[in-house]
Amino acid sequence: MNSDAKKTLRKLLIAVPLMFAFGFALVPLYDVFCEVTGINGKVFQSDYEDELLTDDGRPLAIQFISTNNENMPWVFEPSEKVMKISTGEYYTATFYVKNTTNKKMVAQAVPSVAPSNAAAHLKKLECFCFEQQELMPGEEALLPVKLLVSNELPKNIKNIIMSYTIFDITDYNDEPMAGHEMNMEH
Amino acid sequence: MSAVIENHHDDHHHGPAKGLTRWLYTTNHKDIGTLYLWFSFAMFLIGGAMAMVIRAELFQPGMQIVEPEFYNQMITLHGLIMIFGGVMPAFVGLANWLVPMMIGAPDMALPRMNNLSFWILPFAFFILLSSLFMEGGAPNFGWTFYAPLSTTYAPPSVTFFIFSVHIMGASSIMGAINVVVTIMNMRAPGVGLMKMPLFVWSWLITAYLLIAVMPVLAGAVTMMLMDIHFGTSFFNAAGGGDPVLFQHIFWFFGHPEVYIMILPAFGIVSHIIETFSRKQLFGYSSMVWAMLSIAILSFVVWAHHMFTVGLPLAAELFFMWATMLIAVPTGVKVFNWIATMFRGSITFETPMLFACAFVVLFTLGGFSGLMLAITPADFQYHDTYFVVAHFHYVLVPGAIFSIMAAVYYWIPKWCGNMYDERLGKLHFWLSFIGVNVTFFPQHFIGLAGMPRRYPDYALQFADWNMVSTVGAFLFGVSQLLFLFIVVKTVMGGKKATDQVWEGARGLEWTVASPAPYHTFTTPPKID
Repeated sequence: MNSDAKKTLRKLLIAVPLMFAFGFALVPLYDVFCEVTGINGKVFQSDYEDELLTDDGRPLAIQFISTNNENMPWVFEPSEKVMKISTGEYYTATFYVKNTTNKKMVAQAVPSVAPSNAAAHLKKLECFCFEQQELMPGEEALLPVKLLVSNELPKNIKNIIMSYTIFDITDYNDEPMAGHEMNMEH
Repeated sequence: MSAVIENHHDDHHHGPAKGLTRWLYTTNHKDIGTLYLWFSFAMFLIGGAMAMVIRAELFQPGMQIVEPEFYNQMITLHGLIMIFGGVMPAFVGLANWLVPMMIGAPDMALPRMNNLSFWILPFAFFILLSSLFMEGGAPNFGWTFYAPLSTTYAPPSVTFFIFSVHIMGASSIMGAINVVVTIMNMRAPGVGLMKMPLFVWSWLITAYLLIAVMPVLAGAVTMMLMDIHFGTSFFNAAGGGDPVLFQHIFWFFGHPEVYIMILPAFGIVSHIIETFSRKQLFGYSSMVWAMLSIAILSFVVWAHHMFTVGLPLAAELFFMWATMLIAVPTGVKVFNWIATMFRGSITFETPMLFACAFVVLFTLGGFSGLMLAITPADFQYHDTYFVVAHFHYVLVPGAIFSIMAAVYYWIPKWCGNMYDERLGKLHFWLSFIGVNVTFFPQHFIGLAGMPRRYPDYALQFADWNMVSTVGAFLFGVSQLLFLFIVVKTVMGGKKATDQVWEGARGLEWTVASPAPYHTFTTPPKID
């Protein structure tokens, strides 16, 4: 094999592990892309921002949806299904959970917001979805989410849906959370 | 391109070794090409038998022959075997046989790697097929193996599936590297890049696509492996992962993959049409640029497979337009093929029949692809039999017809005998009728709303399903005729001339028929 062929071969042999690594790089890239564009409805924790408070807010309805993932036996439902709010003010909504089993369990709620272009204007000061919930057998709790919808919300949005899916992560609990940082600061 | 060959005599004349070890140890590009072609034929028949199980079950509504669990395994294995075992190795086999002869090289650049890349393939498919006999059965999540079906809900055999995909990927990558190194460095003096036969061009582009995306597929199955066995959560929402991420990674591989399965076909059909039209190919350089544009565009259209997962509007629009843009270079190619035939003195030998059917039916498959590219319409078509009809039209009378055309076209060069023209034509017409009777009705039942991948269906789809099954068995049985024709040609028949076809051009037709074990040990002189 002549030296030109060796050179071509070397380049191609480097390309293969690079593309393999690129496959894995797609995982954080995908998150970064979604975060920058705010397209998958993920909302991260925000700081208290005075300038978002306003007196001339407009009315808005927030609907809450709760879903249990596959075999998750807990009772999990919003205290109010719909909350009438106005933009530029802080509100606290609560979700009721109860561990109906007779063993200690750990849960994680994963949030999503629709329409997705509302996500950037929804500020969560605190949310139960930022941390794991550990409940004893039969224990119940009210889980709070403190939120504000910025006045810059596109005018055509009159209705925001906040959806939470609760997962049983008792078996995963020893593991550090892979992938997403839930407590990301903006 | 024309060439003058010196008769280079046997200064180191040695033929192949004898017996089984010839095939095990061979580093000869023609031997390895033959191995690849026979292997893919075997896989084609196995995958075809699975298709017969599927169509037999769908002959009538209700559960007739197999259990739904087994049906799912058939669906999955049929797809995997036809793609990774049938079409891809067949094209690699053709590349092995033809690329060195077309560019005047004595062999592939990396002959030992060539041997390795073939011989790991049978193990990959042995592992995959053996999963049928494992507890919990074979993979049952469809050839696209979407998470969490292929992770949380997968049968235990999924680990064997992952390993076999790793082996297939390694084999494809090695084959592709070999093709690129050969084409870039071993062309005879005078064979410039823009003088290369189109089949060589098509394979150069295909090989780059393979090197770019097969490692991404390997990454995807590795992430599955880690999710299943090592507690990671790439695709598991409970752990902070995302199942939709799987689809993005998969289709980042998957869409270039569909062009991997069609670009070599473009090359083959170009050669056959110019030979039997007895004209030079119309628009050679536009053909090259069209293939390059298709290859580049193939990297930015993957999400058109995922219009219904909830993409933002901007993404839906982008992927719709990008996808439709591919119709432009494809249209250029179809135009060039027809322009080549225009005012040619055409004869319709079997390869030309397959090539003409390719142009018509592949274009038809392209049109249904355009329909699927329309985002709002796709919400209706998604995961229906319309999709099944679409991709079978581009793969069966597309990729597979081109492979059959290539076999009829070059087999006289490979084994020195002409095939039986009457049987070849019979095979063509049976296949042509069979393929249309099978897949055309699937457009109708798809548009009417029949979902894909189910073993049962509502009564209103019964008539066309019955027609489709009849067509499938006609197509299936006529491939046994193909096997017979190939075996008969290998065993004997009318001796082929060196040029074989009156209008054939290119270096491979300047060597003796059958092609000697070693060709172009001294580079040919090119005018």
